[in-house]
Amino acid sequence: MDFSFTIYIVLIPLFAFLVNGLLGDKIKDSVSGNLATFALGISTLLSYFTAYHYFLNVGKVDDIYEPITAFNTTWVNFTDKLHIDLGVLIDPISVMMLVVITTVSLLVHIYSLGYMKGDEGFTKFFSFLSLFTFSMLGLVVATNIFQMYMFWELVGVSSYLLIGYYYTKPSAVAASKKAFIVTRFADLGFLIGILFLSYTTGTFDFITINENASAFAQAAPLGFMGLSALTWALILIFIGGAGKSAMFPLHIWLPDAMEGPTPVSALIHAATMVVAGVYLVARLFPIFSAVDPIALEIVAIVGGLSSLFAAIIACTQIDIKRVLAFSTMSQIGYMMLALGVSGMGAEGTGFMASMFHLFTHAMFKALLFLGAGSIIHAVHSNNLTDMGNLRKYMPITHITFLIACLAIAGVPPFSGFFSKDEILVAAMAHNPIYFWIEWLVAGLTAFYMFRLYFGIFWGNKKEHIYAHESPFSMTLPLILLAIGAAFAGFIPFNEFVTSDGGLLHIHIHWDIALPSIAVGLVGILIAFIFYKKESKWPSRMENSVGSLYTYAYNKFYVDEIYMFITKKIIFKRFSTPIAWFDRNVVDASMDGIAKVINYCANKIKGIQSGQLQDYVTAMLVSVIALVFIIIYFTI
Amino acid sequence: MIEGISIYQIITVSTIMFFVGAYGFISRKNLITMLMAIELMLNAVNINFVAFNKYLHPENMQGHFYSLFIIAIAAAEAAVAIAIIINLYRNLHSIDVEDVNKMKH
Amino acid sequence: METIIFYIISVIILVFSVLTVTTNKILRAAVYLLFTLVATAAFYFMMEYEFLAAVQLTVYAGGIVVLIIFSILLTHQINLNLEKIYPAKALIAGGSALIGLAVILLTIKDNSFTPSGLEKSDNSVNAIGRTLLSYGDGGYILPFEVISVLLLAAMIGAIVIAKKK
Repeated sequence: MDFSFTIYIVLIPLFAFLVNGLLGDKIKDSVSGNLATFALGISTLLSYFTAYHYFLNVGKVDDIYEPITAFNTTWVNFTDKLHIDLGVLIDPISVMMLVVITTVSLLVHIYSLGYMKGDEGFTKFFSFLSLFTFSMLGLVVATNIFQMYMFWELVGVSSYLLIGYYYTKPSAVAASKKAFIVTRFADLGFLIGILFLSYTTGTFDFITINENASAFAQAAPLGFMGLSALTWALILIFIGGAGKSAMFPLHIWLPDAMEGPTPVSALIHAATMVVAGVYLVARLFPIFSAVDPIALEIVAIVGGLSSLFAAIIACTQIDIKRVLAFSTMSQIGYMMLALGVSGMGAEGTGFMASMFHLFTHAMFKALLFLGAGSIIHAVHSNNLTDMGNLRKYMPITHITFLIACLAIAGVPPFSGFFSKDEILVAAMAHNPIYFWIEWLVAGLTAFYMFRLYFGIFWGNKKEHIYAHESPFSMTLPLILLAIGAAFAGFIPFNEFVTSDGGLLHIHIHWDIALPSIAVGLVGILIAFIFYKKESKWPSRMENSVGSLYTYAYNKFYVDEIYMFITKKIIFKRFSTPIAWFDRNVVDASMDGIAKVINYCANKIKGIQSGQLQDYVTAMLVSVIALVFIIIYFTI
Repeated sequence: MIEGISIYQIITVSTIMFFVGAYGFISRKNLITMLMAIELMLNAVNINFVAFNKYLHPENMQGHFYSLFIIAIAAAEAAVAIAIIINLYRNLHSIDVEDVNKMKH
Repeated sequence: METIIFYIISVIILVFSVLTVTTNKILRAAVYLLFTLVATAAFYFMMEYEFLAAVQLTVYAGGIVVLIIFSILLTHQINLNLEKIYPAKALIAGGSALIGLAVILLTIKDNSFTPSGLEKSDNSVNAIGRTLLSYGDGGYILPFEVISVLLLAAMIGAIVIAKKK
């Protein structure tokens, strides 16, 4: 059967956005919230049906999952070779992403019904959420790279709108601007990469690019520094993806983006938008692996570095949402690294692991953020120091948060263990250094997550007078996500989502799994000792590490370096002279022209003197001149 | 056709009279003297018409009649001009042509 | 004989017209104008256009000049001396007039005015009257009627403009 109904999965949230956006003031809050949630519910059901149908019924052709173009229409037609299409591509990773995005988005909508209740811009919030969901869905089902780029930018805009939702707070406005500008800056690389890619391959379409990957890679002309133009194209495209996925050094927007409401953080910065970069590399994976291996090495190095960097910083932060933000950055580093160390076909463990980790991460990270939102709602503060002993007041939040922490720490049988294990296997097969780095990061992850857990729910004996469990609309998503986080590990991803569509044979490597479980348990143990009760261990540890602690607490001063470069170097040396030139030379010449014209006009004005005799003189002289000319020069 | 006087002489006289009138119109400041210069110009034109009629086309009387009509029209125009001058004098208390400059930029 | 009379008349015309436009006193200008107009009438007499000369004397010399003198009196100008002309203005005016004069005289000099050589027509008052009111070929009834309407309009216009509010 044909999959053309999948276009509705993308269009229904758009419809909800338009209705909520245009009728915002005129409809009641409850109507808009329920409409958006209901619309998204339909999208979710359709995407589940698509997944069921594709994975279990029709997708397989000769045991390989083929990509199906469900819908394609030419939007802008320049020439035969240059045309921009819009369409829906159904293939294992896009179907998986459809399921993830619609599920998490639906749960965030339900959560927001409770979290944002009574807020003045309630309808606006839901319209933005629908816009975001529409753009993200359009991005994952893109049939060609240009469509993906368009929706990429649309996702950036939606995230700008959502982060800056509390627009009266200057810090929120600054954070939304920062997010947009940093990702837009990375998108410059993306756009140049698209141009190179389409120039060397002659097409924008994904299916064409991926099927003829090796042919394109061999035919590509040689470029800069011995790498072919196609390799550079992919590196540039990766830069764009790195910006959106908050890889080092383009990560600076992610911690600040926590200024947005917590459901926004859960949806965008945990489960969907930040994985867009990973999705991009996965989508172009056949051609990534066909060109020079340096492209994938760069992906792996950036991913590994980001995960280590973020994990170190997360150990020191006090704001719980910032800890979760750095944790996201670290986990996405894992996904990138997994893609970077992967090969095609039988060596494609990394690819499968990366996608699997994306899936499980969406569940537990969204759960963590929504739980954090629940806690913040109860305590009215983001700081760890204001929390403690909350397990008595918020039991459901407590249990679900614990499940998520166990999942992210890689404790079996929760889902995080399975996906992380596969990543470590792939890393070891490629290069042991990657394995040891990620092993260390796994330990740090367990440590800081449980530091957070113990700090919130155990810790100092505070009596919170106003804390209470959240309403059902907020706890229901928590419960559903907890079920996902707990049991998603058992889904056999190796049958469904692999680099070439065929079955991948894997088994648990106990020589990898046991060290990773061990380091996770060690991390939990250390956190238990430090943080379950008030103790002097944390401060002693801080003092012994000394300046490393200060660096980590200040996020390694990356923001300050950026500010220095932009303000002292770019603004002062480049922008100020150029601005001076623009104002004093360009503008002055325009003003000068205007002044000259003004002067001439004032002088010419004198002809209209109002004196009768001047006019008559002029007439007389002109007539005589004309007569003279006519008589003596023409006839 | 008068013997001894060629048409050139008559036309010279009338042309000189016309340009004297033009000079007077442009250089005078008083509105009434400007009117007088206009009358001079009209008269010069009349002489011209009559001379052409008499010398070049004695068989019809068109020049004669044109001159008649010009005299009639000149009379009407002088009357209206005087009325305007009087009105202007009442409002501005001067009939200096430089004071009538409301159409200035 | 005619030549001498013609020269006298043209001298009178030219001298008095120049005096009209250059004198300081306004009443004298009006009188000089009167002399110029009378000399023009004399010229018409010499041309054997008696009717036209009579009309000239009646309308111009007798009507318009009187009108001008009345307006001089009504606007209290009779005692004022006219101001001197700015040299710049006189230069421009005189220069343009002289240039114009030169152009036209040069043009006339080179042109040959060929008379048609036909018979002189009748120009008695009888014939003039008949032509003026005939509506046949060569009749001037239409301009006649139009001019009468124009005169009516001028009369009404002059009254309306000069009326005291």
